[in-house]
Amino acid sequence: MIRDVIVYILMFFVLVLTQVLVLNNIELGGYINPYLYVFFILALPFETHDNLVLVIAFLLGLTIDVFTSTLGIHTSATVFLAFSRKYVLKLISPRGGYDFGTTPSLQSMGMSWFMTYSIILVLCHHIFLFYTESFSFSQFFSTFARVILSSIFTLILIFIVQLFNYNPNARK
Amino acid sequence: MRNIFKFLTKNSFIFLFLLLEFFAFWMLIANNNYQNSTFFNSSNFFVGNMFSTIQNINDYFNLKQVNKELAEQNAKLQSNNIASFTKVYGRIIEINDTVYHQNYRYSAAKVVNNSTNKRQNYITIDKGEINGIEAEMGVICANGVVGIVKNVSKNFGSVMSVLHDKYKLSAKIKKSGYFGSLVWEGNNYREAQLKDIPNHVKLVIGDTVVTTGFSTIFPENILIGWVKEFDLPEGNNFYNITIEFAVDYKKLSHVYVVRSLMKEEQLKLEAESQQEVTE
Repeated sequence: MIRDVIVYILMFFVLVLTQVLVLNNIELGGYINPYLYVFFILALPFETHDNLVLVIAFLLGLTIDVFTSTLGIHTSATVFLAFSRKYVLKLISPRGGYDFGTTPSLQSMGMSWFMTYSIILVLCHHIFLFYTESFSFSQFFSTFARVILSSIFTLILIFIVQLFNYNPNARK
Repeated sequence: MRNIFKFLTKNSFIFLFLLLEFFAFWMLIANNNYQNSTFFNSSNFFVGNMFSTIQNINDYFNLKQVNKELAEQNAKLQSNNIASFTKVYGRIIEINDTVYHQNYRYSAAKVVNNSTNKRQNYITIDKGEINGIEAEMGVICANGVVGIVKNVSKNFGSVMSVLHDKYKLSAKIKKSGYFGSLVWEGNNYREAQLKDIPNHVKLVIGDTVVTTGFSTIFPENILIGWVKEFDLPEGNNFYNITIEFAVDYKKLSHVYVVRSLMKEEQLKLEAESQQEVTE
């Protein structure tokens, strides 16, 4: 348990630093801007208390915002992501519920489950983020293009991160 | 009361969500109005320090490029150094050859003020009377002619640029040797007109235009520019030639002031001949 907490704290810092120092400098064609840090919320264990997830999301978003000087934008989007996470988990729960002690990962839940889970949540986050950022629907389609392209890029990165500890022979 | 607490704890998730979102949007709106919020932006102590550390690390990756630029600049400065000039032209070593007689001396100067956007443009250089600069001396730069010294003060010189609508520069086509006068009409600082080239001369676009050396202000064959376009109006004996300047006068920085050593002799002789005619 303590070991898990330490691993998650380390992961928090690694993801924040990667986001702030590397990914925020990527801006392909003004459209693609991946936000890998959301992976932290996606990877929290199933049995994490819902309110705790919200608070963690608030802190994570605030940290990113402090670094990018966009106070409130990432915070609100990440809190919204944590909020949606509860209902998405309920919606796509396997028969018999989630096993105790498992985490939402490619390894433990399988490809199709993890795809559904991450696509829905990343889209939720990015739609919220980009529309809050532009703060209007006047450029609806250009914002939407940014949402879609950035989501694809974020998802690719999330899958790459997942493949680091994916062992196809050791599936449960 | 108990029911309210029960209600709140039962729906704590939603309430916490709404509370946090409220905070987030409050921050968003407060900071959209006041971008320079004092604490939570990237100029605060911790984050600022961190970004400057990262910048310090990044600087190392650029060292190669920076070194190259500095070396180039050093080479440039070295070649603009007065020590590099004295060997050939300077006042210390004079070429006292009986076959070749030195006619022109150069001294380096730096442009301290410049304009190209008026109809009468002047350049100020950082050399004046105490550096031996006098009025009516020519000014050139590495790529071509610049102008004539008009006035000098103790430490500065004012140069009438070729970009001056009252200035006529004697110029010739290098290939054929026909000469005319160059005037700038005040529109485009990259172009001027070359007048008085007769219509039997064969011209090609790109022909080099250089100084004649007649006026004793400039040495012969200093580059002025290239023929950009020309046409011959009906019933006219002279071409309309547009030339493109070799020098970009907007980027002028280092120039050389030319002193003609035989100017007075030549002018005196010319004046004497004129007098004889009029008498």
